Amino acid sequence: MGYKLTRDDFAQVIHRLSGQYRIYAPVLKKGAGRFTDTDVVRYDFVTDADEIELTKKSDYAFKEFLTPLSETLFYFTESKVTEAELPDTPVLIFLRSCDMHAIKRLDQIYLQNGSMPDWFYNRRRELVKFVLIGCSHSYENCFCVSMGSNIAPDGYVFSVDVRDDEVLCDVPDVAFDSFFAAGTQQNVVPCHVTENETRVTVPENIPLSIFKDPLWDEYTTRCIGCGRCNFVCPTCTCYTMQDVYYTDNGRVGERRRVGASCMVDGFTNVAGGGQYRKTQGERMRFKVLHKISDHKKRFGVNMCVGCGRCDDVCPEYISYSNIINKVNDAVNAAGKEA
Amino acid sequence: MTAENAYIPFSSHIDDVIKHTGKEYTFRMHYTGEVKPGQFFEVSMPKYGEAPISVSGIGPDYVDLTIRRVGRVTNEVFELYKGQSLLLRGPYGNGFDTDLYADGETVVVAGGTGVSPVRGVISALAGMPNAKDKYVIVGFRSPSDMLFRDDLKAWDEKLNLILTVDGAPEGYDGKVGLVTKYIADLPLRDPSTAKAVVVGPPPMMKFTIIELKKKGFPEENITVSYERKMCCGLGKCGHCRVGDTYICLDGPVFNYAKAKDLVD
Repeated sequence: MGYKLTRDDFAQVIHRLSGQYRIYAPVLKKGAGRFTDTDVVRYDFVTDADEIELTKKSDYAFKEFLTPLSETLFYFTESKVTEAELPDTPVLIFLRSCDMHAIKRLDQIYLQNGSMPDWFYNRRRELVKFVLIGCSHSYENCFCVSMGSNIAPDGYVFSVDVRDDEVLCDVPDVAFDSFFAAGTQQNVVPCHVTENETRVTVPENIPLSIFKDPLWDEYTTRCIGCGRCNFVCPTCTCYTMQDVYYTDNGRVGERRRVGASCMVDGFTNVAGGGQYRKTQGERMRFKVLHKISDHKKRFGVNMCVGCGRCDDVCPEYISYSNIINKVNDAVNAAGKEA
Repeated sequence: MTAENAYIPFSSHIDDVIKHTGKEYTFRMHYTGEVKPGQFFEVSMPKYGEAPISVSGIGPDYVDLTIRRVGRVTNEVFELYKGQSLLLRGPYGNGFDTDLYADGETVVVAGGTGVSPVRGVISALAGMPNAKDKYVIVGFRSPSDMLFRDDLKAWDEKLNLILTVDGAPEGYDGKVGLVTKYIADLPLRDPSTAKAVVVGPPPMMKFTIIELKKKGFPEENITVSYERKMCCGLGKCGHCRVGDTYICLDGPVFNYAKAKDLVD
């Protein structure tokens, strides 16, 4: 069932939902951007509809609830190990179609890869329901259409499209119907884009010769290995575990996991000094091929969902979508030679 | 939430500490579950973190973990003694299938701490009725870096052991030279059906495989074990991934016909 609401009625919906759910949504942080007098849109808990930024693409991804940049896993106290607590209030996450598609990739790594689901991810995942933010237009660097993630047919409890003074909501989850009683019933299809300015062609069957292709060389000099592309990516899942001990009692501490980046030096370091990808060019190749080929070989879908946040955030103006097209050109050229 | 939390380590008693060199000790840990040579445990030192350590020996109620003092975690492990305990998770990884090497000629080439993961394989070979068809080339950096001295003696009596060091002080009467040097002269009846196991530092493995192929070994008869950074051992953390392969899940033991396409 779909509903048309006034903005005030929608604010009431959010108000009532916030009594039962923790609402995790994109929020405009004034002046908190990377440069003086710039803003940033990142995820935070909200209780008021006015706090939710529905008109801009978020600079950071929703994944920070499911895979926090730093999460305490458990506490050590002498010989005991105790799992960290997590509030069990259910969570509503507001996100766009590309990010809805990213959830499947996160689940593939954390729930399906290996012999058992990740205990800490799973307990967060079970608390979460999703609210789809419709896209009435494409944003800078988006290429969701090329990646097939521009439409999210299901997986959300309701959708939100703001049009002038009205809010249109598709509510496929009947359990949420009661929140929309003030609205007028009508058929609603969430907005989605059908075209992006940025387009990529993901090549099928990338030959091993791509590893030696000179296209990666420029990134050895251009990329500074800051890892921002990984941290804003909705599908990057890598982490490192580290122990923290309390200084006034050295026998008590905690083990955390923190976000890790395959672009940052040290990602592959083994004890004794071994390291497996030393140049930024090799690291770029490793990341890009994971997103457009290696994940698909294992799980059947490409990891990249085309949100373009990596291009938005790169301080060296490296365009990842451009790299995909370069790989495609190189694969085509190799095919012609063969 | 009833499923088991694989991240919580269990406490294991240190039954014994065997000192090989100043920086390489074997910790004999109490353990009774199923485990194979080539698998690994995540060893926890609260405050310092975890390190993946391969199983170097398996007994009815213990596993041996041979640990080299080279990192943040392992430095701390060396401060522990018999009677104390360590926190472990595992075992992880696929491990070696020793039955694969029962028939015919087999060559094991191992370098340095690379001997640890294949120690169980070599011991199995030494106990086989056709042990005379089994060749083991073991290399260490110098005579003082040698591990498993008692095993080396026992293996030497049962199978064909070539023990070599990269370099030695004057007066050393053993073999000196890289492991690769001995492959060409192995008196094999039929290298095209013989099997090989190669474990060691990446350059040693690379050149050993070149020599084995020159000798006539088919790629699919060569088994390797890879070392990578492994934070979780569960296929989640991403550090050990190479292409579409997770070394901690799909390896660390691979048939070389597959492993040769793993490009970091």
